[in-house]
This record gives sequence, C-alpha cells and structure tokens, in this order.
Amino acid sequence: MTPPLLHGEGLGKTYVTPVLSDVSFDLQAGEVLALAGENGAGKSTLTKIVAGLIPATAGRMSLNGQPFQPASRREAEHLGVRMVLQELGLIPTLTVAENLMLDHLPHKAGFIDRDTLNEAAERQMANIGLGNIDPRTLVGELGVGYQQMVEIARNLVGDCRLLILDEPTAALTSREIEHLFSQIAVLKQRGVGIIYISHRLDELQEIADRVMVLRDGRHIGTRPMREVNQEDIVRMMVGRDVHEALDRPRRPAGKTALEVRGLSRGKVVQDVSFSLQSGEILGVAGLVGAGRTELLRLIYGADRRDAGEIFLNGRETPAHISSPMSAVRQGIGLVTEDRKTQGLLLPLAIRINTTLANIASVSRRGWLQADEERSQVGRLSSLLGVRSQSIEQPVGELSGGNQQKVVFGRWLHRDCAVLLLDEPTRGVDIGARADIYAQMDQLAEMGKALLMVSSDLRELMSVCDRIAVMSAGRLVRIFERGEWTQQDLLEAAFSGYLTGEKSSGTTISTTEAVGATCH
Amino acid sequence: MNNKTGQITGAGSSSLLRGAFGNYVGLIAALALMVVLFGSLSEYFFSAETFVTIANDIPAIAVTAVGMTFVLIIAGIDLSVGSVMALTAAVAGIAMVQWEWPLYLAVVVAMVVGTVAGLLNGAISVGWRIPSFIVTLGMLEVARGAAYIATDSRTQYIGEAVEWLSAPMFGGVSPAFLIAIVIVIVAHLVLTRSVFGRYMIGIGTNEEAMRLAGVDPRPIKIAVYAILGALAGLAGIMQSSRLEAADPNAGIGAELVVIASVVIGGTSLMGGRGSVISTFFGVLVISVLEAGLAQIGASEPTKRIITGCVIIAAVILDMYRERSRSRRT
Repeated sequence: MTPPLLHGEGLGKTYVTPVLSDVSFDLQAGEVLALAGENGAGKSTLTKIVAGLIPATAGRMSLNGQPFQPASRREAEHLGVRMVLQELGLIPTLTVAENLMLDHLPHKAGFIDRDTLNEAAERQMANIGLGNIDPRTLVGELGVGYQQMVEIARNLVGDCRLLILDEPTAALTSREIEHLFSQIAVLKQRGVGIIYISHRLDELQEIADRVMVLRDGRHIGTRPMREVNQEDIVRMMVGRDVHEALDRPRRPAGKTALEVRGLSRGKVVQDVSFSLQSGEILGVAGLVGAGRTELLRLIYGADRRDAGEIFLNGRETPAHISSPMSAVRQGIGLVTEDRKTQGLLLPLAIRINTTLANIASVSRRGWLQADEERSQVGRLSSLLGVRSQSIEQPVGELSGGNQQKVVFGRWLHRDCAVLLLDEPTRGVDIGARADIYAQMDQLAEMGKALLMVSSDLRELMSVCDRIAVMSAGRLVRIFERGEWTQQDLLEAAFSGYLTGEKSSGTTISTTEAVGATCH
Repeated sequence: MNNKTGQITGAGSSSLLRGAFGNYVGLIAALALMVVLFGSLSEYFFSAETFVTIANDIPAIAVTAVGMTFVLIIAGIDLSVGSVMALTAAVAGIAMVQWEWPLYLAVVVAMVVGTVAGLLNGAISVGWRIPSFIVTLGMLEVARGAAYIATDSRTQYIGEAVEWLSAPMFGGVSPAFLIAIVIVIVAHLVLTRSVFGRYMIGIGTNEEAMRLAGVDPRPIKIAVYAILGALAGLAGIMQSSRLEAADPNAGIGAELVVIASVVIGGTSLMGGRGSVISTFFGVLVISVLEAGLAQIGASEPTKRIITGCVIIAAVILDMYRERSRSRRT
C-alpha cells in the first residue's frame, strides 16, 4: 500500500497555553479534506504548521512517506506544499505575470525577459482556466475575486502536490466560486491533495471527500463527507458538554437606552436593527468577519455609516453621532477589541489612562488637579481590583486582565450610560475574567446598558440576557435567555453563509428578528 | 492602599528636587564637563565676553525649541521655523521702520504672522493627513520666499528701536533672555500640569486610542503648530534685535539647530515623550559647544563635525538611559 500524501501524528502547538494538541490525520493524493471548527478551534494553526509558517511544538509529519519538517514556508513550497493565505500576498503594482513568477523571473543579461515571462504566465493561467486574463494586466486593476484566482495560480507554479485553501471563497462571487470548484476538480485528477478551510458548510459538502473537525485545539473526528449532514458537523464542532450551570434569571430590563434602526455600511453591516435596555447585557455572537466589530464601530461613530439611525434614551429624534467624540459626549463608551493598539496608552501611567475620557472631572479651567485625580483613580483602581505597584505604573507592564480593568475604569470614570464591549475577555486569564464578569454584572445592576461582542459562546450564554446573532453582515436573530442552545446559536451564526435553499427558511430578516424577541 | 497613596504623595512633594537630579543629571553633567574642558583648553573661556555671547545666542533658539518640543511630542516635526523667523522679522522690521510702529506692536505683528504660518502648517497636515515633514518643508520655501518679497531681498536696517531686547541689563542678562526663561517655565507647567499637555502626550503616544477615548486630536495638533509659529515669530524679533536689522537670509538652517537641541534634551522623535526643561539644557549644550569651539579656535568645518558627533552621541546615550530605566521598573 502506498503511503498517504501527508501524514501527521500527535501534532501540537503551545504558545503560553496549548492551542493545538495531539492532532493526527492523513491526506491522500487527489483528495479534498475539509477542515471545520469554530473560531479559534486550531484550523489556521494546523495548516500553518503544514505549510511551514510556524513550527509545531509536538508531533511529526511525513510527506509521501518521507519525514517532513519544514522550517520555513519556502522549504515547504520547495517540497510542493503550498498555502493560499486569507490575506492576499500579491503586489498590486506589478503585472499578473510578474506576480506569478516573482520567485524565478526569466532574465537575459540582468534584464527581465518579458516575452518568455508573459508566455509562461499565459500558459500557467490557461492551465487553471484563466486564459481570459491578460498576464500584462496590473494585479491592482483586477477585481478581488480574480486577484484571489491569481493568488491560487501563483501557488500552482512549479511543483504543487499539496494545496491549502483558507476561506478561498470569502471574496468570490458565485460564478467565480463555480470556477474555483471546477479547478479544484482538475487538481484532484492530477493527484494534488487539498486541505480546504471554510465556514460555509454547504461548500464543504459539495467539494470535500472527508471532513475533519477540530474543537479547542483537539481533533474531534474525521468522517467521509457523504456519511454526515450539516447538523452532524455543527454538533461535532460544538460538542455536547454544553450544559454548564448557566441558569440564572434574566436581569430586569429598564427603559430603552439605545435603539438602532437599519444600520448599514457596505456589505460588512447590512440593515441591522435592535434595541438595548438599560440594566441588561445584550450579547452579539457570530463568526469572525460577520460584522460584529464593525457594528460596534458604527454605533460609536468610529466609521461612517451608509444608512440607519441611532436613538438614545427612548427619544424620538435620532441622535447625531458622527465621531467617537460625539458618542462619548452622549454617554456611549467603547472597550475596543485590541486594547493595546486602540484602547490604552501603554507607556503611560494607570492614572493617566483612567481619566482620559473624563478629564473635566479632574481639572479646573484647563489645569489638572493632581490630588483630585490621584484620589479618584485610587478609588476606582481599588474598586476594580487592579493589581499594580501603584497608580503611577505604566499600563504596558500590567497583565492583560489588569489592563482591561483599567479600560473599564476609564468608562466607569466617565459614567456612560451605554457601554460597547468588543471581546472584553480576549487575552485575559481565567481569574481576571471572573472579575470582569462581576464588573459587568455590577454595571448592569447600576442601570448601564451593555452590548458585548464575543467569540466565546459559552461566555455569552453565561453573561448575557439576550444574544443577537450576526451572520454575513446581517443580524439574523435575537435569542432570549432560556430559549437558546449552543447549537441554535451556531446554526444562526452559519445561516448567512448557507447558499442553498435551506437558508431561506432559517434566515429571518432583521425587522422580524426584533419582533422575534417576544415570541 | 492607604499606605501606597501616602508613598505617592510623598514622592510628589519632593519631585522638584529629585526631578532635577534624576531627569537632568545627565545633561547637567555633560554641560559641566564641557565647561571644564573648554575652560582648561582656553584661558579666555571664563570671561564676561563668552558669557554674553552664550546668553545672546540662547533666547531665539530656546523659545523656538520650546515650541518644537511640543511638536515632537505629538509625533510631528516643523522644518519651516528658520524661514518663519526670517519672515516675521521682515514684517516686524517694515512695521517699525516704514510705518513707525512701536516695538511692542511689532512683536505682536511678528507673532501673529508666525501663528498664521503655524496654523497653515497644522491645518494642512491634519486636514489632508499629509505628514508634517512634507507640509513644513513646503512652508520652509514659501516663508523664505515671502521674506524676500517683503524686504525686496535686502537687509532692512531697523536700528536702536529693537536693540534693547538684546541689550544686557543687570548682571549682563538681556530682556530677551528673561522672556525665554519665562516661556520655558510656563511651557513646562503647560506640558506637565495642564489638560492640553496631557492631551499632547496622549496624542503622541497613540492618536487612535485618544480618538476612541473621545478626545478629538485635530484641534490640539493644529494648536501645537500655531504655538510653535507664534514662538518662531518672537524668535524672529529676538534675532533681528541682535543684528539691529531684518535679514531675509536670517535663520537659514535654524530648524536643524532647534531640532538638535530638542533631541539632545531627550525628547523622542517618535512622540509621546519629552521635557521642556531638558530642551532648555539641550539649547545650553549646543550654545556652550558653539562658543567653546570658537574660543579654542576651531575652524568652521571642525565645529560642524564635532557638533554633529555630539548630537548623535547624545541620542545614543539617551537611548541607553531610557532602556535601563524601563528595565528597572
């Protein structure tokens, strides 16, 4: 029996905590292996190990029976293992042909041999059915879909035995997707093994031979595609250990603090409507790229919206929010997803970071009141349990959890009525996480309205009173506490990506979704 | 917790003394070293004449360097200050000679012209998101050209009316020197104790984080360039009072001396970090170096080579100091 094209055994990757552990799998020549899992399940980590972008910390691989341990992407490519990355690696100011042959441009006496270059590129493009693209075109002039195809073509130059596609259809139109799939069929026939990552389960069903599911960095199982349906895959991705003690009553909701109607920005956020009461925590679930962060930024005025209105405190006239400055003035705060680059001034003291959004309370006629500032920040810091040497310590020296507490402290100091939280516990250790949940609880009790984006469904289910699910830019449904299961939430999160007939049944338009909260 | 707060206030009350020794010890040591070195190399170094030369050199550079410190703290740069100095001096000279305005009104006019130039720098750079390096490079040319037009490319003699600014009073100190000291102190207080100063440091550290915290960086940035413009205008008058004339060629290359002084003082070109007092010491270092090298009879080329080496060495030393400081905490 011939050895598999790729064999991985006991693969693991540990940074501080393990993100991938003990994953073993096979890939046959001429096979499409689908890789499925939630955000952060370890799909990207696994494929990056295979493509030589990062080294594994445990386990070993073999390629065609030979030990395979690529030290770099270049080495992996040399052995015919290639990966098309989500972000395009093309240079927009060069032509298609130049991009295709960047590693080995044909040259004569130091000058590029354009004729040979363009001929070779033309052949290459025709090979994958893109003969209609002139290789002399600048890549920047092509649409995103075609750029993606060129990126794929580039990876097929030379010897390609194993191709990894990470969400290749995210930017493609349905016609381009069809085209891509027919190319994949051709590659299969040539004996190329393909690892295919996608959130779109219907796509996986269409082209994959087997599906391999990862969860929390572990290999849950690999099944032949024809033996499973989409629900089976979702169940494998979610797991069954869902029923943690999550039963606690819904918080009593107060008056409407924030109402959003028809908020849109391009294709990222489409026609989103919902309302948020003071004293409640509304979660926003969804896959990466579903438009959750973008939604928060639109409400906060950090990005410009194409359409939609925002109402505050139950008023009938829409609030005028054109910038973060006006949002803050009207009592909205944002805890950003990336607190290091967008939230905090890392080299500066806790004291300075805390009073930033409400400097008026610690100054008089433009001059800072140092004693007043110290006592206010000292009070807040001990209230939030920030662990530090003193309030003069630079926030960059604090742990992730303590940094996040400083950000919370800033908005507590500002005393805003609506708090938008984007992945508030990302990079926060478990102990500090509990503190942050307790803090959010306390804020809700104080009558603040909290809107919280998180990729951790279990977190949302334990903290939130309601959970809105976004999928492909739309708010597909809002679940009440008690009526959700993890599987329902995930199905809703995937629903916008289903292109088959099933989707029309599960997708609820956003206006209905608001109404659906009371059914 | 109580105990901790106690410690902090304790540190705060003696911060002036400790600050002088902690933050400025390197610069003071460098200055002392230079004085001793030049004193031993030249018997004329410790003389009233040298002192007056240095004291006369300082005010124009010092007030501009104060404004430049602000600009560098918000992670910007202004290359136009030398030209703006010449332009403002020219306009002030015309006001005093042709229109026979008194000195104080001429000073106001010079500062208004400087403010306008600074406002343009700031507004264009902020409004169109053009790097301040490019905008102020353009202003460098525009203001110089305007200075030539205003003076008809000739040095405009002003005379005694402007002279008293640089004339030594008691103890050999001129009014210009006193004005510079007052500006340094006020600017130091603004930077360390005002909301405006806090915002400047925040913008230089992370502008996007400031914006997302609800602080609009744009008016603050424009104001910083305007302040530098006004101070460059004042410096223009100070310089013409030494020459008793408005020279359209004055201040060529002054921007480099000013930036060098600020950088020797330890202000970061990356923004977010800087001190006005340190900048003043940086100005002293440059001026003492200049005067000392002249005293020991160094040729112009040698002077420039040594000055260049001192600038680079100062920044390298500051980098090590900063690194060891962040390691300790």
